[in-house]
Amino acid sequence: MIRFELDPLPRRRKRVGVYLGVLALAFTLAGALFAAYGVGPLEAYGTLLEGTLGDPQGLAEVLRRTIPLLLIGSGLTLAFRVSFFNIGAEGQLLLGAAAGAAVALFLPASAVSLPLMFLAGAAAGGLWTLPAAWLRARVDVNEILTTLMLNSVAGYLVLYLVSGPWRGEQVQGFTYTDEFPGAARLPLLGDTLVHWPTLVLGVVLAVALQVLLTRTSLGYELRVVGESPRAARYAGMPIPRVVLLTGLLSGGAAGLAGVGEVAGIHYRLLDPSQISLGYGFTAIIVAWLARGHPALVLLTAPLMGLILAGGDLLKISLNMPFRVIDVFSGLMLLCLIAGESLVRYRVRWAR
Amino acid sequence: METSPPLLRLSNITRSFPGVLANDRVSVDFHAGEVHALLGENGAGKTTLMNILYGLHAPDSGELLFEGRPVRVGSPAQALRLGIALVPQHPLLVERHTVAENLALGLRDGLLLTRRRLLAKLRERLADHPLQVDLEARVESLSAGQKQRLEILRALLQGARVLILDEPTSVLTPQEVAPLFQQLAQLKAQGMAILFISHKLDEVLSHADRITVLRAGRKVGELSAREATHEQLVRLMLGREAVPRPRLAPAQPGVRLEVTNLEVRSDRGLPAVRGASFTLAPGEILGIAGVAGSGQGELVEALAGLRPFRGQARLEGEPLEGLSPAQLFARGVAHVPEERRAGTVPAMSVAENLALRTFRTALRRGPWLDRERMERQATELIQAYQIATPGPRAPLRLLSGGNIQRAVLARELAGAPRLLIAVHPTYGVDVGATEQVHRLLIQRAREGMSVLLVTEDLDELFALSHRVAALYQGALRGPWPAGEVDFERLGRMMTQAAEGAA
Repeated sequence: MIRFELDPLPRRRKRVGVYLGVLALAFTLAGALFAAYGVGPLEAYGTLLEGTLGDPQGLAEVLRRTIPLLLIGSGLTLAFRVSFFNIGAEGQLLLGAAAGAAVALFLPASAVSLPLMFLAGAAAGGLWTLPAAWLRARVDVNEILTTLMLNSVAGYLVLYLVSGPWRGEQVQGFTYTDEFPGAARLPLLGDTLVHWPTLVLGVVLAVALQVLLTRTSLGYELRVVGESPRAARYAGMPIPRVVLLTGLLSGGAAGLAGVGEVAGIHYRLLDPSQISLGYGFTAIIVAWLARGHPALVLLTAPLMGLILAGGDLLKISLNMPFRVIDVFSGLMLLCLIAGESLVRYRVRWAR
Repeated sequence: METSPPLLRLSNITRSFPGVLANDRVSVDFHAGEVHALLGENGAGKTTLMNILYGLHAPDSGELLFEGRPVRVGSPAQALRLGIALVPQHPLLVERHTVAENLALGLRDGLLLTRRRLLAKLRERLADHPLQVDLEARVESLSAGQKQRLEILRALLQGARVLILDEPTSVLTPQEVAPLFQQLAQLKAQGMAILFISHKLDEVLSHADRITVLRAGRKVGELSAREATHEQLVRLMLGREAVPRPRLAPAQPGVRLEVTNLEVRSDRGLPAVRGASFTLAPGEILGIAGVAGSGQGELVEALAGLRPFRGQARLEGEPLEGLSPAQLFARGVAHVPEERRAGTVPAMSVAENLALRTFRTALRRGPWLDRERMERQATELIQAYQIATPGPRAPLRLLSGGNIQRAVLARELAGAPRLLIAVHPTYGVDVGATEQVHRLLIQRAREGMSVLLVTEDLDELFALSHRVAALYQGALRGPWPAGEVDFERLGRMMTQAAEGAA
């Protein structure tokens, strides 16, 4: 007879083993899905790996998707650790993109254009969380709803800008702005679309937030507020300030990602659905997988980047619908969540 | 009763967890018509044994015999089928449903009946039953004692013949304890076997027929309650003689804390403390008693900086109004909160929990947290206060209640406070830890620390306090020197509107 018993302190080796096991399960299930679609699972995974990791062009595609996930994901990992469930990264990214575009389009181009764009983007993304963070901190309004709602507001705001006041003079019927001047464009890696300064920024941010959380007294405060608001209150921590700061940091990170997308790839502000491809939502999975450690985003963001880029590949090479990849990442998330509960139990074979 | 075969027998039960032998060849017999107490310190293996009986854990080896037949209890459902029911420490009831609806969960066809038929059926089944509850009341409106009674009733409806109660008195107010044991005595008379788990010696001695003592996973004694003595049980539980409590030294002259006309409001904005005034001398322990909800929570929160107040509170002349808990701690006000969860972060490490007061001051280097120093200090405190933990990096939640309380006290006393506000400092803590907490409070008082002790446990109150007072509906009665009031009079002060004996 199989019994499940609570395991109060799972060992690290068991943790890793369980997670690898459930990942294998996810790949098997997705393989079955591919097979049902008439594509051999091995062929599908072969194409996927070869076309992404085995090919410079493919690798560049993976990296391009990784960049925004890295930035947003590390910010969200921090926010989730503080129990501030920011679901509005998509909107914060768009606001960051808009603020960056404003600097590029309306300030004179110069050597400081790019740094200014990133600063403006971080500020705009951060400030966009403020209404939600303030409502949560002061009157305990659930931030999941408010941040989510602010996504639509941000989307329509950008749409209004690109189809109205900021619409380009040389774009005829299209709804986007004029192109950014050269000084407001990020350098690329060779002939790829990898805007490497943003990538570096993402890596630095992930490490910095990890250090902030684990090595500083502010990080200690953030963790206590996240784990036990009662203990935080007991110790006299300024909980509203901590929540506001968390909102600013995670929104700011998403804002940086927005600037990277417009300054590195599009060179203009355009329709919201073309700027982001849902990075703000995919990053929730990235952050969830990182389990409260921003540095782990350095692993989980490329993983999701690989899955996104691989989805494109499956669509083009194997003629599968792009939505298959949504099913794939859904399966993966489901298996990982199941894995999390499995880790907390021990299986015993009773007589 | 000794001659009849046992209803339930545990034979040579062994169960280990990684690194711990929780039960080591334990054998106990439970007889019908007997109240059997399982006594032991935290971590002695009581809970594991109970979980094995109820099918939550499987033993590594050993047997369970029910009416002489070997049985396997693989799940709580199987336990219930045999007639073994558990009344958990914290009730597992559907709070928003009525009593009848909760009882329906215990009837085989309960979920299929209409409301009216269910009520009729329950009334019929429960007629002349010693335990009575209002079937139509909502569970959320019941007191802890009533909820417990409801759990017992549900177990009985399920046909239980062995009733296991896990620390049944730990959630009850002193007033609710006596009725519980009366009810258990009635059930015993009806032929039930009752097993209750406890670490409170007095209630075990006065309400059990047989007592089994566990220590470190082993059964170290089984005695009849009539023959057992307090000292004998302590010796069995601890494996050593009890350390006598140090004597209280007389309080020093002067005034440490002066509270004048304190008015505090509850969360709902109603007056919770009405014009309380008292003083506290250096080295003095002032005990305040009161049943739950009499305003002691609000009084403590006000003095600990967690709740605004009107009136005056001065620490050696310095007003405390408007100071945050962190500022108060820096001025020498420490606080052991009512619920351990309120003062600890279970998921964080022992060392990090011990740093909750000093992370912003002593352990801070610029923006950095000095982790090395934090762990060094934690190691020192763990040793000094005998906190049983796998190490400073182990998550606090793995520790037993007594050890978490030791950690809280270690942290609060580390800064050599001038005033300690301690609420139920030994609540849910075993004998060894209680001994240590009492010793610490008395010793520190001798060294000049003032203590405001708030507790419902009158034994503790009188044992530790120079002066005692009672809170009744927000009004402070007293304080009086502890020698001038007795138990009974203070009990009346806590519960009766008229001051009577005052």
